[in-house]
Amino acid sequence: MNEPANGHQSVAIEARGVTKTFGTGDSAVAALKGVNLDVRFGELTMIVGPSGCGKTTFLSVLCGTMKFDGGSVQLFGRDLAAMRDAEVTAFRGKNVGFIFQQFNLIPTWSAVENASVPLLLAGASRQTAEAAAQRLLDEVGIGQKRRSYPTELSGGQQQRVAIARALVHEPRLIICDEPTASLDAASGHHVLELLQKIACRPDRCVIVVTHDSRIFSFADRIAEMEDGQVKAVHGRGEYHAQYV
Amino acid sequence: MLRLALKMLYGDRAKYAMLVGGLTFCALLMSQQVSVFCGLMRWTTATLRNVQVPIWVADAKVEQVNEVVAMRDIEVDRVKSVPGVEWAVPLFWGLLNARLPDGSFQAVQLTGLDTATLVGRPGKMLAGRVEDLRLPNAVIVDQVGVKKFKKKGIELKIGSTFEINDKEARVVGLCQSDQSFLGQPYVFTTYDRALEYAPPQRKRLSFVLVQPKPGVDPATVVETIRAIPGLTAYTSDDFFHRTIDWYMKNTGIPISFGTVVVLGIVVGIAIAGQTFYLFVHENLRFMAALKAMGARTRTLAAMVFLQAFAVGLAGYGLGVGAAAMFGFGVLKGGEPPFYMPWQVPVFTGVIILFICCLSALIGLVKIIRAEPAVVFK
Ligand SMILES: Nc1ncnc2c1ncn2[C@@H]1O[C@H](COP(=O)(O)OP(=O)(O)O)[C@@H](O)[C@H]1O
Ligand SMILES: [Mg+2]
Repeated sequence: MNEPANGHQSVAIEARGVTKTFGTGDSAVAALKGVNLDVRFGELTMIVGPSGCGKTTFLSVLCGTMKFDGGSVQLFGRDLAAMRDAEVTAFRGKNVGFIFQQFNLIPTWSAVENASVPLLLAGASRQTAEAAAQRLLDEVGIGQKRRSYPTELSGGQQQRVAIARALVHEPRLIICDEPTASLDAASGHHVLELLQKIACRPDRCVIVVTHDSRIFSFADRIAEMEDGQVKAVHGRGEYHAQYV
Repeated sequence: MLRLALKMLYGDRAKYAMLVGGLTFCALLMSQQVSVFCGLMRWTTATLRNVQVPIWVADAKVEQVNEVVAMRDIEVDRVKSVPGVEWAVPLFWGLLNARLPDGSFQAVQLTGLDTATLVGRPGKMLAGRVEDLRLPNAVIVDQVGVKKFKKKGIELKIGSTFEINDKEARVVGLCQSDQSFLGQPYVFTTYDRALEYAPPQRKRLSFVLVQPKPGVDPATVVETIRAIPGLTAYTSDDFFHRTIDWYMKNTGIPISFGTVVVLGIVVGIAIAGQTFYLFVHENLRFMAALKAMGARTRTLAAMVFLQAFAVGLAGYGLGVGAAAMFGFGVLKGGEPPFYMPWQVPVFTGVIILFICCLSALIGLVKIIRAEPAVVFK
């Protein structure tokens, strides 16, 4: 990794002038109005802002799950707009780990089965995938729940299974949309601790979209969005101070 | 992933049962109705099974076995002289009214067998001997007759008597016959006596039954006989198919059954398609999550089709199985008609396969259309 001379980590994602409009004519909603953002390796970047300001839309664009209208997104040096659909899917499968607000664990699959999915999708054998999933379940502290089904787990436990699933294939980008919104304060805090402890590595970046001010303190950098644009980017501690 | 696709399906027992139930109903409705239809069609050819002979000769105007255009007795000799014919014997077959001791009437299918040889004799005797037909006024009545007479309070057994056209008929035996479309009992007697029972007419010969010489192709014999003016001939198989074709073309039976079968298919598609669609719809969020996590379209398609086929197979097995059970049940009772040739399960299978493919395809299109970003919602 090229470490710039000024000490900043190298840039993993570079978004420039990204625009996205939903619908056409009178009902058109401009969700993104030229967003600029750099996401750096080794950092936990938070995207914060009021509801409806375009956070989820921007996140969807960044990880290649949604097409955008204008501007450019460089993801690990690749131009997202220039890639074919199948290419983006494969790229995502290899490089991105997802943690959703709604967990999105498949109810009829056990914890270990859910956590092994990204590896299975990449073509790994069941044995290899479940062994890796087991290691991560152990790491997030619910290894003994491997055979449990999502309905038998608490929200916090489910989100930990989701973290295991997001990390099992060693992706370079971890995407979390409102990971604490469905959890109580203690579980939310624990999830962020886990993310900070096991997800953050020098070769990886973590993006957390949230409007939960209780977890702002975990961020290395906070991008403040408002009305479809990034209004400001704050370093560790700066934004935190404003709110608390 | 395929193992997990099945787990996705089996994991939710209630929904799985509903899906399989829909397809089972569809498969049952179709195979059962088609089998009843086939059974009914088969009933039209009962005489061919009750009088077993390789070649049937009839008046040139005859198109099917339940239609009689009487011929002169002399035709038997003309057929006998055809090269390749081992033997040729007369058969009388006609609907006549039997008068029971209590004065009531019962229509019967009077079948007169060649007196010397008794060719076309009942295959299975329940009581008495076929040879006793040669005794005076002797007849053999089938199980349908026993049942019909019983309904009128008459216990039919060896020695019972009734009248046909004021002439006495004495029962010397009871036999098992194949149930017929007309539903009337078969009463067997000799050809000569059948002519006595039948109203006097100039022409009374219904069919000539022919056995080709060993090593001679029945088709050639049939060809030669057809060349005789005023006569036609069919092999037993050919006559079977022509009879069924005749009923298909000339009666409303295929239409009324066709309607039920088509309804079955439509209801099946609706139920199965809808439940499967619901299944896909409820799983859409998870499929989209898999898509976001990098599942290729090929993988998702394999999962959805596997799920559809797993449901289809279970529904098909249960449905056709239930229809077969129904068949076994009614075959014991004799009614309603039921006959399931191999084409019926194959036909049902094709339709079920079609339903599965269709619903899987619709589900897949929905999954493909879904933007993976919906998982963030
Ligand atoms: N699929 C969509 N179709 C139409 N409008 C959408 C869609 N997704 C988001 N929007 C609109 O775009 C704006 C930004 O939404 P979103 O990115 O979800 O905001 P946030 O995550 O910050 O709450 C909102 O006004 C929302 O109504
Ligand atoms: Mg949002």
